[in-house]
Amino acid sequence: MVHALPRFRPMGDRSLLVELGDTISPDVNRRVQQLMLQLQQAPLPGVREIAPGYRSLLVVYDPLTIAAAELMERIAEAAAQQGLAGLPQAKLLTVPVFYGGDYGPDLEGVAGHLGISSDEVIRLHTETVYRVYMIGFTPGYPYMGELPAALAVPRRSTPRTRVPKGSVGIAQRQTGIYPVESPGGWQIIGWTPIELFDPSRQLPSLLEMGDRVKFEAVRQVEI
Amino acid sequence: MAGVNTFEVLSPGIMSTVQDLGRFGCARYGVAASGALDGFAVRVGNLLVGNDERAAVVETTLMGLRIKVLRDAVVAVTGGDLQPRKGSEPLPMWRSHLAREGETIVFSGPGSGFRAYLAVAGGIQAAAVMGSRSTNLSSGFGGFEGRPLRKGDILAAEPVKDAIRFADKAFTPEAVPVYSSPWRLRVVWGPQDDHFSEEGKHTFVTAAFTVSPDSDRTGIRLKGPVVTRKPGMEESIISEGILSGAIQVPGDGQPIIILGETASGGYRKIATVISADLPLLGQITPGDEVAFDAVSMEEAVQALRGMENQMDKFKRSLKQ
Repeated sequence: MVHALPRFRPMGDRSLLVELGDTISPDVNRRVQQLMLQLQQAPLPGVREIAPGYRSLLVVYDPLTIAAAELMERIAEAAAQQGLAGLPQAKLLTVPVFYGGDYGPDLEGVAGHLGISSDEVIRLHTETVYRVYMIGFTPGYPYMGELPAALAVPRRSTPRTRVPKGSVGIAQRQTGIYPVESPGGWQIIGWTPIELFDPSRQLPSLLEMGDRVKFEAVRQVEI
Repeated sequence: MAGVNTFEVLSPGIMSTVQDLGRFGCARYGVAASGALDGFAVRVGNLLVGNDERAAVVETTLMGLRIKVLRDAVVAVTGGDLQPRKGSEPLPMWRSHLAREGETIVFSGPGSGFRAYLAVAGGIQAAAVMGSRSTNLSSGFGGFEGRPLRKGDILAAEPVKDAIRFADKAFTPEAVPVYSSPWRLRVVWGPQDDHFSEEGKHTFVTAAFTVSPDSDRTGIRLKGPVVTRKPGMEESIISEGILSGAIQVPGDGQPIIILGETASGGYRKIATVISADLPLLGQITPGDEVAFDAVSMEEAVQALRGMENQMDKFKRSLKQ
């Protein structure tokens, strides 16, 4: 549900959580994206950082430059102005994936859990075009959804301490790609060679909120 | 870069990194602020050696950092008292000194606090990545080659012509922070305090929590009585932006104070440490005791104003 008016929750004396809805949905997420773009294009005084989430923006500010009450008023004004026109064209990225085997150690377990074949898991994972809801967890990590209901699996009961860079994971109704080696609890079903994050690029993250992603199964080369 | 080799790392100690006051404006790429965990100490250290307060410094944890000085340079050590020595003499903290070529600076172990900062006139040289020289440890960029310092690393600094002017400046002694356990941290309730039971909130502000040894730069993990949620509240929430000082309570009811390495998270935050007490977070040591005092937003902003007024006064005193 999209909230008619943004709801504010202070996170300490220097940041404000601006909630634009209460669910994971493309409509709510587009509102988040719009408000973020507005606040980037017409920056408010004292604002140091804007961190988007699925359904909220965290606005970090200097409370000695702008008082919380005034900031809330200004953000509410910006939110009231927004129309759907302002969003940039979403880019569509096709991501090649090697599924299963050493590349996707949880593929068979996921198939077993769901009572379907590994090929069916791959077919379901590759048939949907996903929306990038937010980038987080580690730099460049895209949280994407929604996974087909038939693919919804819980996180691993014991997270891995090391998930290799490029791993493609699923958990509940989400899918993601690990941009660097990190700990992680998602079910790893494949691996991609694409570079999701490069701090030296003008846009360090390959994907941004609102982008669209389609996975494509790549056959492993027989040697 | 026209920096001059200034320090050689003889031993990095437990963990030493190059940091400034943090990286802002890239949260939408999942990039956290990183940065020195005791920003107050960094600002004072930089001002003591004549730098802009945002210059890069070396942050070192607990003990063991040994540095060889490769050229005469004005330095200052601030933050936790890790008993720094220059040559065979103790190196008085919170004031600037001339370090001579060939001398060693050693951090021998904790007197009080957890992290010390070594500032040098001209600032530690490192390429700014996304506007900051802080080390991002999760992705390995910024700071010195995107990683903690190692034996043999050479740190450069911009030479400053009249640095010697700054060779004997001191921070106001009565303004030097006291770092000691038990800690009392001031917090503002929220953003999700309404998701916790009255009993859970009462526990949060009355209990003494112990700092767990698995605390690190991502968070201070606390052990103590369980902080309970309201009945029916699930363990996690929809992921949202987060910043240092936010206190999240995962399913086991044991609070974690988030530090600077995390941009988003999916746990409820019962309260958030006020800006004026944030620098203390960098000095909390495993085994310490922590308790929380809830204050109003007005009190929090007033405390920050007090801290900034003190800093302004110190800056003015340096110009006289």
